[in-house]
Amino acid sequence: MTAIPATSRRLPTGGRIDRSSPIGFSFDGNDYSGFRGDTLASALLANGVRVVGRSIYRGRPRGIVAAGAEEPNALVEVTWPGGASDPMLRATQVELVEGLRARPLRGVGRLVAGGEAAGGANGEAAVFDKRHAHCDVLVVGGGPAGLGAALAAGRTGARVILVDEGPELGGTLLAMPDDGGDRIAGGPAMAWASGVVGQLRALPEVRILTRATAVGHFDHNYVLVSERRGVADGRLWHVRAREVVLATGAHERPIAFADNDRPGIMLAGAVRTYVGRFAVRPGQRAVVFTTNDSGIACAGELAEAGVEVATVVDARMDVAVVGTAGEPTLTGVTIMAIDADGRPTGHPRDVECDLLAVAGGWNPAVHLYSQARGTLRYDERLACFVPGATVRGVQTAGACHGTFGLAEGIAEGLAAGAAAARAAGFGDGKAPRAPSVDTPLLPADPDVAPGSIAPLWLVPAPDPDAEGSTHFVDLERDATVADLSRAVGAGLRSMEHVKRFTTVGTASDQGKTSGVLGSAIAASLMGRPVGEAGLTTYRPPYVPVSFALLAGRDRGELHDPVRTTAIHPWHVARGAVFEDVGQWKRARYYPLPGESMEESVLRECAAARHGVAVMDASTLGKIDLQGPDAGEFLNRVYTNAFAKLPVGSCRYGVMCRPDGMVFDDGVTSRLAEDRFLMTTTTGNAAPVLDHLEEWLQTEWPTLRVRTTSVTEQWATIAVVGPRSRDVLRALAPDLALAPEDFPFMTWRGAEVAGLRARVFRISFSGELAYEINVPTWHGLAMWEAVIEAGAPSGITPYGTETMHVLRAEKGYPIVGQETDGTVTPQDLGMDWIVSKTKGDFIGRRSHRRPDTGRPDRKQLVGLLPLEPDDLLPEGAQLVDDPDGPLPMRMVGHVTSSYRSAAVGRTFALGLVRRGRERVGEVVHAPLVDRTIAATIAPSVLYDPDNLRRDGDG
Amino acid sequence: MTASPAVRHSPLESLGDALASAAPSTAGAVALRELPFLAQVDLRCDPSDSSVMRRVEAALGGALGTALPIEPNTVATLGDLAVLWLGPDEWLIVGSPDAEGALEARLREALGDAVGSVVDVSANRTTIEVRGPAARELLAAACSVDLHLRAFGPGRCAQTALARAAVILHQTSDEPCYRILVRPSFATYLARWLLDALDGLEGLDDLETAVRSEGRT
Repeated sequence: MTAIPATSRRLPTGGRIDRSSPIGFSFDGNDYSGFRGDTLASALLANGVRVVGRSIYRGRPRGIVAAGAEEPNALVEVTWPGGASDPMLRATQVELVEGLRARPLRGVGRLVAGGEAAGGANGEAAVFDKRHAHCDVLVVGGGPAGLGAALAAGRTGARVILVDEGPELGGTLLAMPDDGGDRIAGGPAMAWASGVVGQLRALPEVRILTRATAVGHFDHNYVLVSERRGVADGRLWHVRAREVVLATGAHERPIAFADNDRPGIMLAGAVRTYVGRFAVRPGQRAVVFTTNDSGIACAGELAEAGVEVATVVDARMDVAVVGTAGEPTLTGVTIMAIDADGRPTGHPRDVECDLLAVAGGWNPAVHLYSQARGTLRYDERLACFVPGATVRGVQTAGACHGTFGLAEGIAEGLAAGAAAARAAGFGDGKAPRAPSVDTPLLPADPDVAPGSIAPLWLVPAPDPDAEGSTHFVDLERDATVADLSRAVGAGLRSMEHVKRFTTVGTASDQGKTSGVLGSAIAASLMGRPVGEAGLTTYRPPYVPVSFALLAGRDRGELHDPVRTTAIHPWHVARGAVFEDVGQWKRARYYPLPGESMEESVLRECAAARHGVAVMDASTLGKIDLQGPDAGEFLNRVYTNAFAKLPVGSCRYGVMCRPDGMVFDDGVTSRLAEDRFLMTTTTGNAAPVLDHLEEWLQTEWPTLRVRTTSVTEQWATIAVVGPRSRDVLRALAPDLALAPEDFPFMTWRGAEVAGLRARVFRISFSGELAYEINVPTWHGLAMWEAVIEAGAPSGITPYGTETMHVLRAEKGYPIVGQETDGTVTPQDLGMDWIVSKTKGDFIGRRSHRRPDTGRPDRKQLVGLLPLEPDDLLPEGAQLVDDPDGPLPMRMVGHVTSSYRSAAVGRTFALGLVRRGRERVGEVVHAPLVDRTIAATIAPSVLYDPDNLRRDGDG
Repeated sequence: MTASPAVRHSPLESLGDALASAAPSTAGAVALRELPFLAQVDLRCDPSDSSVMRRVEAALGGALGTALPIEPNTVATLGDLAVLWLGPDEWLIVGSPDAEGALEARLREALGDAVGSVVDVSANRTTIEVRGPAARELLAAACSVDLHLRAFGPGRCAQTALARAAVILHQTSDEPCYRILVRPSFATYLARWLLDALDGLEGLDDLETAVRSEGRT
């Protein structure tokens, strides 16, 4: 065969490109030129670039196959002018812009280094954001059916959103020539489309999104739409629609024959698009291999464009392409007659060509419909899967519905749009009159019924021993008929299994050209009808979506809320080191210059134990409870009694879930006869309120109690230590502070630093302590006043780390640290807090189950490493015999571990099986490089008799 | 040792200038500001108890059936008080700064022995006002509630999420103008989020494109 000379591949006229706007770009390091209106793929074809990459595993040269989202080969990495880059796009979907640089993806995928994808190493970052949008009717697809649907719905006054993946509305009409193509309403097809678009733009409640692909269709018509904006930016639309019309068109499918992957072999519909829309001749001498009329139309349009059509191989006349030649690009095909089973027969005939247009039939693009739980059925007449049973709120129209005729598609779109609007409460549901459509007659062959299709999926190689290892089914995955044969031969029958065994349909194109083909061939290999074997599941996203788009503006410091207290600016100014507690930033410790965390914490602890220290405890959850039954309600939600708590007093309480496990703890104070203030742990503020409301609303609706969250109404400042009374005396001269006037576990309303405050004598350290509550807007002023008043006493701010050490020395558990949802109050050694005399409370019955009464449950104990400098890691597992055989029997684990100045050594808390009866025994924590032995001790290591809570003198 | 009661700090005090810059930077499309220290009282009472409803509504300066909206997500306005429906038996009464003390006392007296609660929550949330022709679009970047005039509008409120912060959203006029009531701990995050989102507003695209292409050439 002789080489075909390269001449200009751009037609002198026609197409929807702007020949007055040339655009320079580069591909694989070479500079080219295209026009405004080109895609990267059409510009490459116009420049005669036929090989756009190598196949992923076998390294075979590959060319452009399709013209849209279904492209399996032309995957490129794009660097946009400005520097932002995209790691993987389809050249068929990349709009050409000046200065674009693209290169083919090579080999298997790699993860692009952080930031590179969105911004490029030195380039400008692309901007991604999101929008929420609501509408009565969402129309997906701006082809003839979608335009009709949007127009019919929009005219009723309904709120309509029309989305289309391309830059210009029109769909298949964009490829139709103004002369000689289909005529709508007596004029060129695109003139009709432009008219409809003009009408839509004039409707105030219609929003048109172009360059916008619906990527996911979820329950209740929640649809995600990925919109490309500007050059490299993007927006993710969260659309909530009452009704959806899917007019997503159809994808043409290839046919599996030997060496069907050579550059120059394209889908016939794509060839028509390149010729009609982009004015490109994809070849000089073409063969058309078709199973239906669309190949005939393709041949006509090629001839019109000056491409020599060597022959049309129409499978309906029992002929087929059985093989191809050419390295690296197509130079010819081999044609043979086929028998009723599609097997080649008779004599082969070679035909020289550089373009093979393959028209294997059309698969409705039912991806979104399937995601919306639509079922499919195989239509024997159309030889494709079409939407089956209706889905509420979803309609399909046009080729997506299996309606391939233009006139019928427009009419169906108009009807679907009107019906959808009516279902959403607009209009009378009557479709506007459909425009007349004149379709040019195709050259008729007397042996072929017009509109018919030969359901041809596979053309076996003439050699019956051939495995089909170059009969490509999934070009992106390099998967072949041979792979399908192996899968079926291995006994696989489910298409889902075949898919995973062969990888057909698992690539980034989601099998748009390969899925139905692979399933049909596998079915025939199993000897089953195509329709019966079915398809695999369609899953979102319809096209790949970048993580940057999903993140939108929720990145960097805006990735997640950072919650701060009113006193936060002071902590920052003081150089606090923060830790994340849920979404809160809490001061962990306040290092002095040159101080380590350990040194800071020891200093802060010493201040709290021997002088005075202050902590911002504003993050504690707070709930206001009002009503005459509030005391009874608290009796039922806490394990201990609250109903008889006197006004002005506070009580610590533990809350369990119905399973008897500890849920939360905190101090609750009686503000008035019928009013309490509950505090919760920082992380449980919202769950506890939900818990209270659930029980009030569903179990005890007759209880006269109402709850209100006041977590952020109040800033809370804990003044802690034997000298805290001095600080309070300076701040609140009118408040009687003697222990007998203001005893432990009571509260007083008072003027503190001139501000109205509630002062609580509660302690999470065992020391004399006051918690001052003021409205949040006064939190910073009160804190500053405390710091100033405490200065003569050397007041020391302390953070959460010191708080943890202080409470652990006292054996106070932290919910979520000592507990994990499997720990009862009794396990914590807090049997005393579980009332035996009051009535029922949540969790009570579970405390009587044999399992919660087992003597060998894990119990909270102290752990003292034998070496007083060894620090047990939190989470370490404990065993009795560190030298025993593996797997060792674990007897417990470490829940908290610190260095303590007060006890002059390291210590830990842990949960140990039968721990309380084992005090004095030694357990071992086997670590990676050593083992730490520790003595079991009582959980309260410091001031076990509570002598310090009124101060040290 | 006394701090002046005047020394109260609002959560967005330090972002005041940034919020004020929204209007000039968007050519007036969106104006942002904090409305600090609004009086807020949370009221819960039984809407089927007409005698308590009458007393409470009188305390708010309205006749029975006018002060406490029963329709979900609606707001009644009485003078400078806005009464937001929060639940079948819960309302948030929003008034001018420093009105909370008297308001709380009046409502508590009106509630009397009836089942319910009255809680001063004035410091529990601050308020961001979003005003201007692009206000709706700015909120559509952050909020999944349908804010179209057919679905929302003046006198409507919603308890929802803006970006990742829980808020009460209240449309006060058809300019449109919205109030966002947000907890102090989330206020800085939310204000920064809104300021960041100003960049993507539709009306500003042309300006933005021009600036960018200048930067690129």
